[in-house]
Amino acid sequence: MTLRLTDIRKTFPSSEGPVDVLRGVDLTVAAGESVALTGESGSGKSTLLHIAGGLELADAGQIVLGNAQLTDMNDAARAALRRDQIGIVFQQFNLIPSINVADNISFQARLAGQHDAAFCSGLIDKLGLTGLEARFPEQLSGGQQQRVAIGRALAGRPQIVLADEPTGNLDEDTSEAVLEVMHSLVADTGAALLMVTHSERLAARLDRAVHLSHGLISA
Amino acid sequence: MTVFLTAITALLSFWRKHPGQLITLLGGLTLATALWSGVQAINAEARASYAEAASALGQDELERLIDPNGPFSQDVYIALRRAGWAVSPVLEGTLTRDSGLIRVFGIDPITAPPAAQTVDLSAAEDLRALLDGRVYGPPELLATLQSSGFERPLVASANLGSNTLLMDIGEAQQLLDQRGLVSYLLLWRTQNTGLPPVNDIAPELSLVGPETRSDVASLTDSFHLNLTAFGLLSFAVGLFIVHSAIGLAFEQRRALFRTLRALGVSARALVLLLSAETLLFAIVAGSLGMVAGYGIAAVLLPDVAATLQGLYGATVEGTLTLRPAWWVGGLFIAVLGAGAAAAQSLWRIWHLPVLAPAQPRAWARASEAALQRQSALALGLLAIAVCVGLLGNGLASGFAMLGLGLIGAALLLPVVLYGLLTVGGRYAKGPVSNWFWADTRQQLPGLSLALMALLLALAANIGVSTMVGSFRLTFTGWLDQRLASEVYVTARSDAEAEALRDWLEPRVDAVLPIWSLNARLAGQPGEVYGVADHATYRDNWPLLAEVPGVWDRIADGTGVLINEQLSYREGLLPGDSILLPGNWDAPIVGVYSDYGNPQPQVMVGLAAFDTRYPETSRLRYALRIDPGRADALMSDLQSEFGLPADTMIDQASIKEISLQIFERTFTVTGALNVLTLSVAAIAILTSLLTLARMRLPQLAPVWALGLTRARLAWLEVLRAALLGALTAIVALPVGLVLAWVLLAVINVDAFGWRLPMHLFPTDWILLGLLAIAAALIAAAWPARWLSTRAPNDLLRIFSNER
Amino acid sequence: MNVNRILVFAALALLVAPATGHTQGFAGLGEAVTENFSQPEPNPEFNFPEDHGAHPSYRIEWWYLTSNLRGDDGKEYGIQWTLFRSALAPSQTAGWSSPQIWMGHAGLTTPDNHFVSETFARDGIGQAGVSTEPFVAFIDDWEMRSTALDGADSLSALALRARGREFTYALNLSAQGPLVFQGDRGFSVKSESGQASYYYSQPFYQVSGQLQLPDGPVNVAGSAWLDREWSSQPLEEDQAGWDWFSLHLNTDERVMGFRLRSTVGNDYTAATWISPTGEATPLPNGAFQITPLKSTEVAGRMVPTEWRVQIPSYELDIQTTPLNPQSWMGTLFPYWEGPILIEGSHSGRGYLEMTGYN
Repeated sequence: MTLRLTDIRKTFPSSEGPVDVLRGVDLTVAAGESVALTGESGSGKSTLLHIAGGLELADAGQIVLGNAQLTDMNDAARAALRRDQIGIVFQQFNLIPSINVADNISFQARLAGQHDAAFCSGLIDKLGLTGLEARFPEQLSGGQQQRVAIGRALAGRPQIVLADEPTGNLDEDTSEAVLEVMHSLVADTGAALLMVTHSERLAARLDRAVHLSHGLISA
Repeated sequence: MTVFLTAITALLSFWRKHPGQLITLLGGLTLATALWSGVQAINAEARASYAEAASALGQDELERLIDPNGPFSQDVYIALRRAGWAVSPVLEGTLTRDSGLIRVFGIDPITAPPAAQTVDLSAAEDLRALLDGRVYGPPELLATLQSSGFERPLVASANLGSNTLLMDIGEAQQLLDQRGLVSYLLLWRTQNTGLPPVNDIAPELSLVGPETRSDVASLTDSFHLNLTAFGLLSFAVGLFIVHSAIGLAFEQRRALFRTLRALGVSARALVLLLSAETLLFAIVAGSLGMVAGYGIAAVLLPDVAATLQGLYGATVEGTLTLRPAWWVGGLFIAVLGAGAAAAQSLWRIWHLPVLAPAQPRAWARASEAALQRQSALALGLLAIAVCVGLLGNGLASGFAMLGLGLIGAALLLPVVLYGLLTVGGRYAKGPVSNWFWADTRQQLPGLSLALMALLLALAANIGVSTMVGSFRLTFTGWLDQRLASEVYVTARSDAEAEALRDWLEPRVDAVLPIWSLNARLAGQPGEVYGVADHATYRDNWPLLAEVPGVWDRIADGTGVLINEQLSYREGLLPGDSILLPGNWDAPIVGVYSDYGNPQPQVMVGLAAFDTRYPETSRLRYALRIDPGRADALMSDLQSEFGLPADTMIDQASIKEISLQIFERTFTVTGALNVLTLSVAAIAILTSLLTLARMRLPQLAPVWALGLTRARLAWLEVLRAALLGALTAIVALPVGLVLAWVLLAVINVDAFGWRLPMHLFPTDWILLGLLAIAAALIAAAWPARWLSTRAPNDLLRIFSNER
Repeated sequence: MNVNRILVFAALALLVAPATGHTQGFAGLGEAVTENFSQPEPNPEFNFPEDHGAHPSYRIEWWYLTSNLRGDDGKEYGIQWTLFRSALAPSQTAGWSSPQIWMGHAGLTTPDNHFVSETFARDGIGQAGVSTEPFVAFIDDWEMRSTALDGADSLSALALRARGREFTYALNLSAQGPLVFQGDRGFSVKSESGQASYYYSQPFYQVSGQLQLPDGPVNVAGSAWLDREWSSQPLEEDQAGWDWFSLHLNTDERVMGFRLRSTVGNDYTAATWISPTGEATPLPNGAFQITPLKSTEVAGRMVPTEWRVQIPSYELDIQTTPLNPQSWMGTLFPYWEGPILIEGSHSGRGYLEMTGYN
């Protein structure tokens, strides 16, 4: 399933007048492909990612995931699409604090009706979270929390995983380990990956990297 | 200094940016102060009236000579005067009018000690007019009397308590039909030298000290304790609001505190500044609350006055006076309350590390250990409450038991809810419901204060409405039994009474004399009634305890009945005996219920009454007649004897008046109940508003994973409804226990009667719905706020800085 | 006449408040009669013992006794015993509704002290009153009771008692002469415009008895003077007060004299010269002359306590000095009343009463 973004435009109001954050972005992520999205701070990477996930609306442009045309959908339909097809990993606050690790991981899969217990426990194992299933998010370290988020994003076998600087809050060693496990797990499930990062090194390890600057993609 | 100014400006600018929160904070404190001070104003007004009544005729300063058996002949007065004693006679009595009881004082202005001079008689004409039959009274009373055709010259005096008339003793003897009698003698403070002892002249008299408190004041203690308890409850509930508003402001200003600390403002200075801020709010809101409290009191006072009048015969002004002590007290309680509500926040700032995280702590996971501690504390309090209930007696211990029990129940609430939600979560199917239960459980710490407030309000509501409802059922049933006669008539003189009897005999089914005597019963002012031996009593009179053949014993004069109040107060039961006037040690053969009467009462057979108290006037009669002919009979009586309308009353009117008094009695309780409930609803609203802002990080991931904002908002509303409903369920047993304590402990001590408890399940359902509605209304606003958040607000959660 | 007794007049009708700002004579005595009270008429005919009793159709009346006494401790004493009657209306009934009011004043003067007692009573209930057969005038436990033998005038012998906070006294009195009728055979004129009262006296009592004082009992003996007077408006409205003397002279003669002080015009005086056997000669306005010699501060005001008294037609020219200058009756309507000593053309003892000194 392919994610295709065409001529995406987005303007934010600010105290110095409207700022054109995205000025006609075209980007395609093919099924199973992993793409790194890099750019300066404030270049609109996160916004583009949110638009791709249907979390935020573009002012103009087409977003197509597989056969689904996101721009034509209402809030509920976009939420359903997100639930069924997309795994998301944010920089922080990924987890639902009131439920434990196991429930967090399976939450979206259950929501989508695609829960597979064996698959989940496999994920937990691979993520090195075995023994922590009954813990609550606040009882975990930052690295562990992000691993849970990754597990949660993959548990429903999504077509595409969107990750927004998933290790931005972690130290370098932890960050490395977390990215490693995410990369390999995404590859295992055959999902596509679009990841915002500012790390050149990481970008280099993905299938390709695109750079966002002045509101446009430069390859 | 600059830092300080900056700090102040910064701290205060927060409120400019959040006017809603400022209003919540001030509103909560205003409401709390208003309810408390309103109740206090009512109490103060009533107490002032009692003190005024106690000081009537200098009774608070002067010693008196009384005959424990009641009014005595004025010849005793003359005998004491002729022996050289400086004493002055007073005849005190009550008149019954449609508007209620009127207290009548007859004095001798010529011999009255200066301390007893209540009205200004310095002009010769005034003294003369008084001796000629002028009557002094408070202006409102005079207006009513005038319109009801009271045929004596009336003059207003502001010095007299409400429903009090002052007149010459000669006039009073006529008006009260107690010719030649006095109630007591006021003793001048200085007496001539070398007098013979009072005992030698009038052995039946005894000396009583100045009354600093009237009988009424002690009788009504219970009522005021009741009001105070309610006021305190409302105040506590109001403080929940203040607490959450201050807590929210604290969370939101964390970043500011950090900055200020980094700028060099010490923790001490910061706490000082925030204390000053709290004090400022307390003074502003306290003042507003006092004004509102004054309003509440002014609205409620007429009903309270009617209650006290109807229930205790206590006269209380229907208008409110502003007392400085009340203002100071009210502001003090506002400051105290605000301080208590802010204490937690201030303590946290004191211990805040300089570089504490600037983000609000999203939530604190309910710690099982904390819950265990809390339940231990709650169970301890409940245990103490039970002990107090078992060991203590009296009103104070009754209320202590209630207080401890309610606090214990409130503390237990989060524990119980936690348990219920855990169980609920177990049955949850699907991730959303799973999350819903778990998340609801996790909300408890933040909401528990507000839910406790709701619990208290609901329990109080159930308790009081059960008590009132039980009382109403019992009371109406009792009235039906007790008021068996169709018409009651009072003659104006013994001669008229005799003529009436002769005239009535052939016209009605029965003429039942009701003759009474004021007497001290077990040291309290009370009444002895003489009643005829008639089926009206045998069939209808509600007896709580009796010996076999009770009515025969009454009829032949070998036994008397006492009312429930007397039975409880003195521990008297059938088989015991009671000392009645004329040294009659009368065997008790039964106890009857006598609701609405604060005084002890004894019923004796008519023949025995006649023999033992031949001096008593025989003016009142109950008439048995076909109810359909009652009206005709009354108008015949009026045309035949010229009896004024207020000397006759039919059964239906008495019942109506009694029920009216009853309903007014509980108007205040009802009003306070509703106010408390609304305060609780506001407490929930502010708590939810507080939480809503902190909850975004908890909700954002759920949204991101595929739940719409609208669905989330609905779940939030559902959550509030669930908590409201669960709290109502917990409140039910608490309220029923409360009702039981009110009926079986408080009422017995306060009024002297015990009432059977009736249950009103439809009321509970209604109240449960009300609780859910309150929670729903409170949740609607934050839910709407949530559903209209821009995605950006939610997405910002996930990036590094907010 | 014992004008002092007049104070009671309306005192009773005003008794609750001190008389402040009254313009109509002392204690309202000059107030015009408003009800249908009887008025004294000239040429009275007295009937005894009835006229020793109360006359409810007149507004005011009193039984007023003063006595100069010497104790077995050698000290001089004086006592006063007065029962006043005041009518709110000219009628009398049994019970609280009677419009008559009673007031009692008792005084006891020693060289160092002056004790006062005052009491009030309603009529009709047995707390105070006067009966004629036997004669008893009483209020509370104070009594003036006849001890006369049958056939004798009931005032010719009396037992008298009264009580205050600091004192009691019990005295026996027996008259050594007849009743004396003041003014014109008992019709005593009080002003040039004709205000008058009925007024007779018994000035011939010999007294013995006992005083109970804070220091203990004292047996006493001496002389006494009883005044009986009733009226309905004895003073002119502009008469503000009076100075009244009763004198027991060493010649066994007695003198009653008074001056009524006017606020606007001339003072009015009247006097009676009484021979040792009781013949009374009324003296016209102006015959009785008094001049203050010394004033004393009493109860916060200046009161003339030493006088020169002259009756030129009887060659009387004496100075009076009080036994105790502080003989102040601090009653509802206060006045000065106390025993005096006489020196000059005659010697002897007497009583002085002064009202209206503010």
